[in-house]
Amino acid sequence: MGIRFDAVTVAYDGNVVLDALDLTVAPGEVMALLGPSGSGKTTALRAVAGFVRPASGRVFLGDRDVTDLPPHRRGIGMVVQSYALFPHLRVEDNVAFGLKARKVPKAEIRTRVAEALEMTGMAAYARRHPRELSGGQQQRVAIARALAIRPDVLLLDEPLSALDAQLRSGMLAELARLHRELPEVSILYVTHDQVEALTLADRIAVMDKARLQACGTPRELYRAPADAFTASFVGNANLLPVTVGSAGVSFADAEIAVDTAGAVPGARATLCVRPHLVGIGAGPNRLTGTVAEVQWRGATHRLYVDVAGHRVMADVRELREPPAHGDPVTVHFAPEDAVLLTAGVGGHG
Amino acid sequence: MLVHSRKARWAVWGVFLILFLPLFALPLLVVVGASFATHWSGVLPSGMTTANYQAATRGEALQALTTSLVTAVTASLLALAVGTWAALAAAGLRKRSRKVLDALFVLPVAVPSVVVGLAILVAFSRPPVLLNGTRWIVIAAHTVLVTAFAYQSVSAAITRLDPAYEQAAASLGARPATVLRRVKLPLLLPSLTAAVGLCFALSMGELSATMMLYPPDWTPLPVLIHAATDRGALFTGSAIAVVLMAATLLVLLAVSRIRTRASYR
Repeated sequence: MGIRFDAVTVAYDGNVVLDALDLTVAPGEVMALLGPSGSGKTTALRAVAGFVRPASGRVFLGDRDVTDLPPHRRGIGMVVQSYALFPHLRVEDNVAFGLKARKVPKAEIRTRVAEALEMTGMAAYARRHPRELSGGQQQRVAIARALAIRPDVLLLDEPLSALDAQLRSGMLAELARLHRELPEVSILYVTHDQVEALTLADRIAVMDKARLQACGTPRELYRAPADAFTASFVGNANLLPVTVGSAGVSFADAEIAVDTAGAVPGARATLCVRPHLVGIGAGPNRLTGTVAEVQWRGATHRLYVDVAGHRVMADVRELREPPAHGDPVTVHFAPEDAVLLTAGVGGHG
Repeated sequence: MLVHSRKARWAVWGVFLILFLPLFALPLLVVVGASFATHWSGVLPSGMTTANYQAATRGEALQALTTSLVTAVTASLLALAVGTWAALAAAGLRKRSRKVLDALFVLPVAVPSVVVGLAILVAFSRPPVLLNGTRWIVIAAHTVLVTAFAYQSVSAAITRLDPAYEQAAASLGARPATVLRRVKLPLLLPSLTAAVGLCFALSMGELSATMMLYPPDWTPLPVLIHAATDRGALFTGSAIAVVLMAATLLVLLAVSRIRTRASYR
């Protein structure tokens, strides 16, 4: 079952926290709502769950308008950041909670609880209380509890942000596997972490300041972001203020060859280059500057290079003899690796 | 610990004991001592006896103990029900209406309990609701007086309760009544038992409003203690007071056992 937002606006005391959101999640699709805190992404999710009432606009689940339906009649699975496992109930009773509330026959409850715990690898912990579990295990129980009711729609609100980095990547793989096993469930995944969004989502909706900024597949948004905010939020980006010329753009004193289709000559624009596509040394689209900072990251070195008052990041394979702070350095990138952004000029860069 | 050095810690304990013993412990010890005495003219009581307790645990006194227990249990359970209900309702209100409700429930505490007693006496002394002369007027007064505490402690607990729990329950398909019964009340259980214990203890010791209201066949222990000491039977009064303390403490102990079990989960 899909989810559709139709011009959904949410306001608290006249303060608009979600501004006319139009978004469709296809049945079986994983849609990530990606944005910084206060961008309205969690509000959008809560509007689907029924915990906030839109000031205007409608929310649809499939063909059903659920805008005026109370949460308990929406049939949605939900996992929140704090997991909200009922501390007074054992794991199995937590998972059975939704089934009991729906008056599922007792024998069936037992098999479905076992099934959900099996699926999340928590069958051995059925008799434990939540406080006896680690964060990652609690997370699995929360997912099992949400899946036990066999929802058509699963809402995940920052489900991994309470876990440490190592567990997080493990859980990401878990979530991807669960979705492969339940291909008909639509998932709305709220996160501020671009890696989670890029890894898991079929499409990403980038939100900022209560508005939808961009929506597309991770590849589209990464390769060809439509605006500077999306470029910097989906993956790292060098954003350089440039002036459009006839066969390229000019940045500071340098002429840069890049595809300028769709840009008006003489206009100001932003050039987006991913740090890992920037190389050191001579090459096409050369920029010279001085090294401001060098960070060793194991397999790579990140250089921060000051070029005409702007900072350019370059992620290069670990250097045997990395440059030092203040050294002059030349960096370059291929014309096809740069994207010219004509929308959202200024503010960033 | 705020104080680290051993010397300072001893000093703090010393100050604590010097302040605590005379103010809190000694008067209670004196009552216990007096309850076994027939005379007290020197430094220590003399003529040790258990006769006072024989008087304090039979006949009139035994009946008063039952009266007190029935009154306190009924009043605190009623107060818990009313206070919890009101606190749950208040949580759903807007800020302003909520303040009005808060103020309403503080009223019986803010007003001297003698005044509350008088008000209840005047209000229920004639039809349509004629309670004067029955045990119910005492129970009603106690309920009014202790509901404020039940309301306050339960509503404090509700504000601390993470709304994520009830939202999770609702998203799983539980109706509001089910959410209340299976999630909110169990999570509030520690605070509910604390509230009922507090109400019980307050009701057991209530004297001033009770004095204005009690009918001859419904005399709670504090009234009996007051009557005993009033007619000069200090040692019998002390024995009854010890019985009152012991009964209250026993019930509180039982309640706190439920509480530790509830919060352990």
